[in-house]
Amino acid sequence: MTNDLAINVRGMTKRFGTLTAVDHIDLDVRRGEICGFLGPNGSGKTTFIRMLCGLLRPDEGSGTCLGHNVITESEAIKRQVGYMTQRFSFYEDLSIAENLDFVARMYSVPNRREAVRASLDRLGLTERKQQLAGQLSGGWKQRLALAACMIHDPKLLLLDEPTAGVDPKARREFWEQIHELAAQGLTFLISTHYMDEAERCHRLAYITAGKLLTHGTVTEVIAHSRLTTWSVSGPNLVELAQRLRTAPGVQQAVAFGTMLHVSGDDAPALEQAIAPFRTEPYEWRRIETGLEDVFIHLMDSAPERVSA
Amino acid sequence: MTKRLAFSPARFWAIVVKEFIQMRRDRLTFGIMVGVPLIQLTLFGLAINSDPKQLPTAVLLADHGPQGRSLLYGIRNSGYFEFVRQVQTEAEAEAALARGEVQFVVNIPENFTRDLLRGDRPTVLLEADATDPAATSNALGSLRTVVNTALREDLKGPLAFLAAGDGPIDLRVHPRYNPEAITHYNIVPGLMGVVLTMTMIMITGLAITRERERGTMENLLSMPTRPFEVMTGKILPYIVVGYVQVGLILLAAHFLFHVPMVGNILLLLAVTLVFIAANLAVGITFSTLAQNQLQAVQMTFFFFLPSLLLSGFMFPFRGMPQWAQAIGEVFPLTHFLRIVRGILLKGNGLDEVVHQVWQIALFAAVALIIGVKRYRQTLD
Repeated sequence: MTNDLAINVRGMTKRFGTLTAVDHIDLDVRRGEICGFLGPNGSGKTTFIRMLCGLLRPDEGSGTCLGHNVITESEAIKRQVGYMTQRFSFYEDLSIAENLDFVARMYSVPNRREAVRASLDRLGLTERKQQLAGQLSGGWKQRLALAACMIHDPKLLLLDEPTAGVDPKARREFWEQIHELAAQGLTFLISTHYMDEAERCHRLAYITAGKLLTHGTVTEVIAHSRLTTWSVSGPNLVELAQRLRTAPGVQQAVAFGTMLHVSGDDAPALEQAIAPFRTEPYEWRRIETGLEDVFIHLMDSAPERVSA
Repeated sequence: MTKRLAFSPARFWAIVVKEFIQMRRDRLTFGIMVGVPLIQLTLFGLAINSDPKQLPTAVLLADHGPQGRSLLYGIRNSGYFEFVRQVQTEAEAEAALARGEVQFVVNIPENFTRDLLRGDRPTVLLEADATDPAATSNALGSLRTVVNTALREDLKGPLAFLAAGDGPIDLRVHPRYNPEAITHYNIVPGLMGVVLTMTMIMITGLAITRERERGTMENLLSMPTRPFEVMTGKILPYIVVGYVQVGLILLAAHFLFHVPMVGNILLLLAVTLVFIAANLAVGITFSTLAQNQLQAVQMTFFFFLPSLLLSGFMFPFRGMPQWAQAIGEVFPLTHFLRIVRGILLKGNGLDEVVHQVWQIALFAAVALIIGVKRYRQTLD
């Protein structure tokens, strides 16, 4: 049964002093799936990922990663996992090719030269292979990091905010690659802050203050929030938002460009609350609740981080 | 012309306040800023003495007459010589000198009393280990007056004539190993140890903290690797660098300074490996303690300063008080200096240096154990 699960962990917990960075998180990710890992800064995403790849010892928890025990078999896990750190962590004073060669040696990749060449080709880095990693722009650094963490042909990739600081075009190309690789059977756990990226994932997990708040497909996550959303356009939306926020039944009023999204989890109460404002010149429309509405809702309703 | 901002006391003060806050956060830097002057005060004020006294001296006594004894008392009363042992043969005296157990050997020959009373001016030989001219020059300088005054009491009345003229005895000083008292014969080989200590510790100290500071450590730890592989892999390149330094200094010593190289250079190179390893182990240990590269450099100096001052490189080891010598004995540099000088100037073989070698090896083992224990395979 665990065979089709790349990640299958229960009760993963990590404490730093009095702070519980990760608080009993259960997570299942199927093989070949792209799992988006979301949550505000400092919610424990990086800590959780580091526990999966053996960089941190969990204080509690059990389970398997690629069929290996996460507590006792971190060596075996490291060999089959590619981990891309949040901050660029390859050698800036080595060239692209030298970095890849180093990583390939560290993982004892068979046919090393060939693997490095193929990796450079696949990611379009061949022309730049002599360039020092430190001189690369953000997008190229990210390509290099991805190439490097895939050179040993991992089964699972843990990517920690891989597209932070990368331009939209490079991000799109990056995601196309991810989907191609997932189609070949690779599993991904990707942490991100971008909604468009979250929507590209097969499955989402949202954590805040170390706790897993919701998980499932995009549709499931939205349905699970039970939010109803109206959009409104017109003049003086800032003032309108302030008045709406105090109305019972309105849980959030958030500006989206020239529109305001007004949401609440009690549809009749929400409709009642906005009724007095449904006048000219405002234009109201009931819309599908989006992922972003849900996340803003989750962030606002989540308990403050506990640190006794 | 662009208009320049006027000096603002508020902005100036903002910088001052910020610097103080940062200084306070970096406890180690602060500690070292306070600690280094304290160490220097202690070492320069209390430990270092450029006029070493009570130097260990062996006596080869072949004549037991009273005048011989008076002479020895006189020599001892000068304060420069302390008789630590009596040797029976020339060979034994030679060995004690070669091992550095004694600084001097006083040789009172057979028939000393008879020859003295006859007015034959018997020869008293004083052999000195002159590898470090600074350690012996004052003692040797004091000797001639010491000898004359020592025998004055014995040579009274009818014997008074013996004290006149050239003096009652023929004192011969035999400065061994560095007879011309050339200071750089001592300094240049010693420099090898100093340079190795400095660079090996600092470079390895930086090598691991750099990984941490640049964030590459996280990546390295996520790869399937053992601490031993990382450590030894990081050490080997610097061993090569260390040997390049040794080669350069030896070449310069030979061609530029004409330092005599009496002993076996291969033995020296082999022993150097132990010394390099000890320093690298210290560097690795420092790098596991330091948070950043600056701290690694500071720790290096914290170690380097006392080893430089207490090893006998700059100041005679035997001039220091017991407690300072005891600290000095801990540093690998102290033992390495004895080895280098021993091999190059005295022609020491393995037998004579092995005692120093194992003390360096012990130090290396302890440092490496601390280093490996402190090295974390996780980011915890």
